[in-house]
Amino acid sequence: MWKNLMDWVEYRLPIMRVANMHAIQYPAPRNMNFWYMFGFLATIVLVNQIVTGVWLTMSYTPTAEEAFASVEYIMRDVEYGYLLRYMHSTGASAFFIVVYLHMFRGMIYGSYQKPRELLWLFGMFIYLALMAEAFMGYVLPWGQMSYWGAQVIVSLFSAIPVIGPDLVIWIQGDYVISGATLNRFFALHVIALPLVIVILVFLHIVALHEVGSNNPDGTDVKRKKGSLKEDEKTTFKIHEYYTDKYDIVDDIVPFFPHIVLKDLVGFAFFLLAFCYIMFFNPEMGGYFLEHPNFEIANPLKTPEHIFPVWYFTPFYAILKAVPHKLGGVIAMFAAIIFLALLPWLDRGKVKSWRYRCGLHRWNLLIFAAVFVFLGYLGGTPQEAWKIIASQIATIMYFGFFVLLFIYSKNERTIPVPARITE
Amino acid sequence: MSNVSLDAHDSSEAENQPSNSNRRRFLTVATSVVGGVGVVGAAVPFIASWNPSIKAKAAGADVEADISKIQPGQLIRVIWRSKPVWIARRTPELLASLSNVEDQLKDPNSDEEQQPAFAKNQYRSLKEEYLVLVGICTHLGCSPQHLKDGAFEEYVEGVAEGFFCPCHGSKFDMAGRVFQNVPAGLNLVVPPYMFIDDNTILIGSEEGAA
Repeated sequence: MWKNLMDWVEYRLPIMRVANMHAIQYPAPRNMNFWYMFGFLATIVLVNQIVTGVWLTMSYTPTAEEAFASVEYIMRDVEYGYLLRYMHSTGASAFFIVVYLHMFRGMIYGSYQKPRELLWLFGMFIYLALMAEAFMGYVLPWGQMSYWGAQVIVSLFSAIPVIGPDLVIWIQGDYVISGATLNRFFALHVIALPLVIVILVFLHIVALHEVGSNNPDGTDVKRKKGSLKEDEKTTFKIHEYYTDKYDIVDDIVPFFPHIVLKDLVGFAFFLLAFCYIMFFNPEMGGYFLEHPNFEIANPLKTPEHIFPVWYFTPFYAILKAVPHKLGGVIAMFAAIIFLALLPWLDRGKVKSWRYRCGLHRWNLLIFAAVFVFLGYLGGTPQEAWKIIASQIATIMYFGFFVLLFIYSKNERTIPVPARITE
Repeated sequence: MSNVSLDAHDSSEAENQPSNSNRRRFLTVATSVVGGVGVVGAAVPFIASWNPSIKAKAAGADVEADISKIQPGQLIRVIWRSKPVWIARRTPELLASLSNVEDQLKDPNSDEEQQPAFAKNQYRSLKEEYLVLVGICTHLGCSPQHLKDGAFEEYVEGVAEGFFCPCHGSKFDMAGRVFQNVPAGLNLVVPPYMFIDDNTILIGSEEGAA
């Protein structure tokens, strides 16, 4: 009876075929380590943001007059409203934590290299959409930092020659940041951008499954059809979609349940940290929710210090490091564009840092440290030494790409093992 | 019916093979172009709806101020885009004294873009006599007080007239230039404005621009 029903559905909708192809019989390298759980976690956080976001819109009012009060209403009067909001606000920061780790994983194991360039680009588009989504979401509570943060970010566009000032008015829908701006940011935040992000995530996963997952060794687990002896091939049941095109080395496990279970262990640790922050420290000392945002937006009163939320501060530091308005804006966007161009800036053939030169390993670690340091510089009050420091750090940020481009051409690498080593 | 269409199809394939592909290319291009124009046209309402609404335009409209009754040394206030705007008529003695304090100012030459290009001068104004400023402190947005007839000397020795912010003690001279060692970092903002005639100032637009 059940079998008949399933067959009836399957004949009309390929549920099992897709599940087999993309999960149950998807070949995943067996040496995927903890670095490989952040994609899974990002997906879970995305679901959390969508579900809690829908619930928040039920009690939120997107007008300049009512927005701040409606957030207070959610926090105080709506049953479990405070929890839904903290799930959403903690989720926003968690999203960026897992995405930054996910990106760094891609960098150390060379997951952006051929043939995964498009996969990396889709990832960068998701990152961009996510930044726009987070920025607009932060405006919605209409607190002081919402307002002045929006003021600073929107006025970046005024640096564009000729059309800049008119573009700002067009974005704001008014001569100042106003209720019109808030209302359109709400529309973009709850409908347009989530839709874009979900579509991009879908494309990201489709592109991943087409080229296959990379792994910490960077060794390809898919070989040319007919190139492997029978005892070298995997004994797991792998979907014909893959086995028809390739011989799959005996270095893989099916994504489900092996990788999913590993990811779930990571998810348990993630939940511990997430719940600790959400229940005991949702403001995270002013980093996840900035203190000036507990005061209603006041166009006549600028806060003493204006910082973006922590996940934007590295780029904010680059913006401030350049002593020229347009130059700063260009440098800030270039910082993201350089990341997106990584597949073409890295001319190396070896993927994983395990088998690349020592300089590459140091370059990556220093880049990560510089990124964190820039985040510190952009998120703390201005001091004289920090201007010099952020200029040096900005040069080091771009230096990573320049160095990589130079040494990756004729790099002394270690031979990559033919089979996965661990 | 089916025979008819089949015949038509056959005959066209037989007779018009070469011209057919040209015609097809033309039709494809023409359809794409017309369709493209349609898409651009359809985009207009979506893009234009982001412009300020009529309500927002009305609230942000330019403001006319009658300056015929301002006496030398007097300051009037008008509201523009919910912000206080000061119009002060400066005496020749005051204008002459502006250069005396320049070594005590943060940005005496108005290098920071806190004013339209026409006001990047010592007087920070279009006509030397009339000073037009947005009356909001560049520190934390309080509205500074206009202190004159020596009342400003209490804060800056030897300067009889200026603006003093009661909130955090920022000080500005009678061209809206900020003094050193105060919390505010930037000169007061000069809004765009123009003279319609000798007696009327229009705040919100400058000559030449739209």
